[in-house]
Amino acid sequence: MFVELGHYALILAMLLAAAQAIFGLAGPALARERWMAAAPSAACGQFVFTALAVGVLIHAFISNDFSVRYVADNSNSALPLFYRVTALWGAHEGSILLWIFVLSAWTMAVVARLRHLPTEFGARVLGVLGVLSFGFLLFTLATSSPFARLFPTPADGASLNPLLQDPAFAVHPPVLYTGYVGFSVSFAFACAAMIEGRRDQLWARWMRPWTVMAWAFLACGIALGSWWAYYELGWGGYWSWDPVENVSFMPWLVGTALLHSLIVTEKRGLFKSWTLLLALAAFSLSLLGTFIVRAGLLISVHSFAADPTRGIFILAFLVIVVGGALLLYALRAPRMQSNAGFDLISRESFLLFNNILLVIAAAVVLAGTLAPDIAGALHLGTLSVGAPYFAPSFMVPVLPLLALLAVGIHARWKRGGLSHARRVILTTLVCALVIGLPLSLAVYGHPMPLAPVGAVLGAWIVLSSLVDPIDRIRRRLTLSASLVGMTVAHVGLGIFVLGITFVSSNSIERDVAMKPGQVAMVGDYAFRYEGVRDVTGPNFTAVRGTVTVTRHGQLVTVLHPEKRRFYVQDTEQTTAAIAPGLHRDLLASLGDDVGGGAWSLRLQYRPLIRLVWIGGVIMALGGMLAVFGRRQRGPATVPDAVPIAVARRTPA
Amino acid sequence: MNQQATPLQEPGTGGVRWRFLLPLGLFAALLVVLFVGLVHSPEKNIIPSPLVGKAAPQFSIPNLVSGGTPVSSAALRGHWSLVNVWGSWCATCRDEHSTLLMIKQQGTVPIIGIDWNDTPANATNWLQQLGDPYQQVGEDPNGRVAIDWGVYAAPESFLINPQGVIVYKEVGEITPDIWREQFLSRINAAGGAAPPPATGG
Repeated sequence: MFVELGHYALILAMLLAAAQAIFGLAGPALARERWMAAAPSAACGQFVFTALAVGVLIHAFISNDFSVRYVADNSNSALPLFYRVTALWGAHEGSILLWIFVLSAWTMAVVARLRHLPTEFGARVLGVLGVLSFGFLLFTLATSSPFARLFPTPADGASLNPLLQDPAFAVHPPVLYTGYVGFSVSFAFACAAMIEGRRDQLWARWMRPWTVMAWAFLACGIALGSWWAYYELGWGGYWSWDPVENVSFMPWLVGTALLHSLIVTEKRGLFKSWTLLLALAAFSLSLLGTFIVRAGLLISVHSFAADPTRGIFILAFLVIVVGGALLLYALRAPRMQSNAGFDLISRESFLLFNNILLVIAAAVVLAGTLAPDIAGALHLGTLSVGAPYFAPSFMVPVLPLLALLAVGIHARWKRGGLSHARRVILTTLVCALVIGLPLSLAVYGHPMPLAPVGAVLGAWIVLSSLVDPIDRIRRRLTLSASLVGMTVAHVGLGIFVLGITFVSSNSIERDVAMKPGQVAMVGDYAFRYEGVRDVTGPNFTAVRGTVTVTRHGQLVTVLHPEKRRFYVQDTEQTTAAIAPGLHRDLLASLGDDVGGGAWSLRLQYRPLIRLVWIGGVIMALGGMLAVFGRRQRGPATVPDAVPIAVARRTPA
Repeated sequence: MNQQATPLQEPGTGGVRWRFLLPLGLFAALLVVLFVGLVHSPEKNIIPSPLVGKAAPQFSIPNLVSGGTPVSSAALRGHWSLVNVWGSWCATCRDEHSTLLMIKQQGTVPIIGIDWNDTPANATNWLQQLGDPYQQVGEDPNGRVAIDWGVYAAPESFLINPQGVIVYKEVGEITPDIWREQFLSRINAAGGAAPPPATGG
């Protein structure tokens, strides 16, 4: 009975989402005050019932209720309690439920901040969010209810995919979804602004903190996913341009463009239609990600669902939501433009180039991700697109983007010229050359052609970002939260670029077959293979190897790579042993028993790889600082709605 | 202030400007690609098994019925047969079960079950509850045979011709449609099934 409660809760949530959509959109259109007032209540109700449904499913997992099909498919009584809870998002149905829950949580956050918005605008935002919630709830109830029963009840479940039994995976989907779904708020704000045909730029100011939050969560989610792939997949790769990775990366790139474009719209009233389009694109790409991953359109290590009916439903949903929003854009955006001018060399134009390059980068990723499908659809044969395409093509827009950032950060609004900043730009560039070139040429040695470029660019970005804040501190001026946030995020980007540069050009990998007592050299490090023995874990048995690493005769670390065999699913999994360090990681993973007491091993040296994730997290931190710092200074949004209503009715 | 918000009209800009329709056009093009990809995606899911076209791997394993004769690959010779890898822990096998019962009823081919990673008690229980479509079931508690057959998830089914060669492998549930389109069509194309031998137990 308890499980059916979850199902009923979802039905009620869907009805409330419908009410939220109707009251939110029809209320302002028909000027019904009570309808508008009802939208937030419907949203609260929708959140409560969605949370109840999630709670019921978690309860089913904890109590090993294998009469629930989703539980039987994804859990097992031998699974540790923690993973029984996180198994909730181990497959399609639960992931969609999580998506719905996150969407209703974002909606609640909007409700909590509703008093900072004009009543009509707020109601419309909730209305658009209600449409999205309704669509996803209908999807889950019609095609993929996680509460379906299984009869007769199996004695035990099939267990969670061993790859997903991992702390990082436990946190990765909720964080990633919080980012993905967060763009729905930007989307709703953009739609509300277009429905009203607003000529002011206040909507950009309201939208900005939400966008920055979603962007920061997405950055964290991507970094977590990359970290998970790095140590869990066992072969030391942190980014493989896998379709599932790409579909989370595209909204992030477009989101990055959006939050820069929003600054121009908010401060100068420019790029309005462009900003609106980016807001629609960021969320559409998130939806597309769901479509691609969840409908099994692209096959990859991460995807678990292949069901055409679900695909058709999501496709219809895409047509209605994205198609509808783009139609609205075609009708309304032309009237929302403004024609203020700016010089070629000004902050506006640097941010415009930033936008163009980021969108090109996203398009490069999109093209590569869809190319195999396009080729398949047109019967051009099987096409495999991987790092050899992505890595160089991605560099084309990104390298100039990084250089423009280091220069453009010194540009002023509106007024032309960089002559005032010429000295700063040259000084930072010289310092970056002094730091970056020796680092890549001397310290790490035998670099690839782009390594010195990357090292200099990374250092240049860090230095350039620090110029303005240091200058302000020296002149005893206040630092605004957004300046601090921006600085932190740009420093994070610089660190990230340094990390990527060194790890991709100075890593060493060796595949060797070793007998106990043999030594293999990886750079300066001597890996001595000691042997293997059998061990037993909670739900697996494993072969555990021992590898002692020394450098110049000094013991560095002892590594224990494992090869696990999980009982229930009878699958094998290679767990790499990693000795992490800020300046380098050392990895050993077990291959196969090649006979005669020898095992094949992969040994790796990866310099500065931690900077990749640290940089990503610092970027996200910068976003959070900008949002929360701004809130503390008092409402950045307009405190009461009256002046806005007046402003809107005044022809511009 | 709660009046209806009327969109402001700028005099002179009545119609739609074409460049603002561009995103909609791009989106429509993308949708066509996605739709075509979706329609074609089932073909992509088939992972060609290296075993197809080769002789079925040899095995001899204990019969699920205690005291029964061992189940071996010798039973696959001289007639068409279907080897079905399943387990009582496998939820999809439960869905597939009704199709297997249907196949048994039609009597086209005998079904040899390989009970994978299971206990005899659970498996016997399952067959008593749901009905027994198998001519015989072999116990593969450690997955030895399943590894030889390249099985990575249950259910998987193999169609074996009278020469003992694997003709087709289905990964996942056999539905009545799949049975008709993938299995029966192959049997019929090769001249139809010889009547299966009398059931041994």
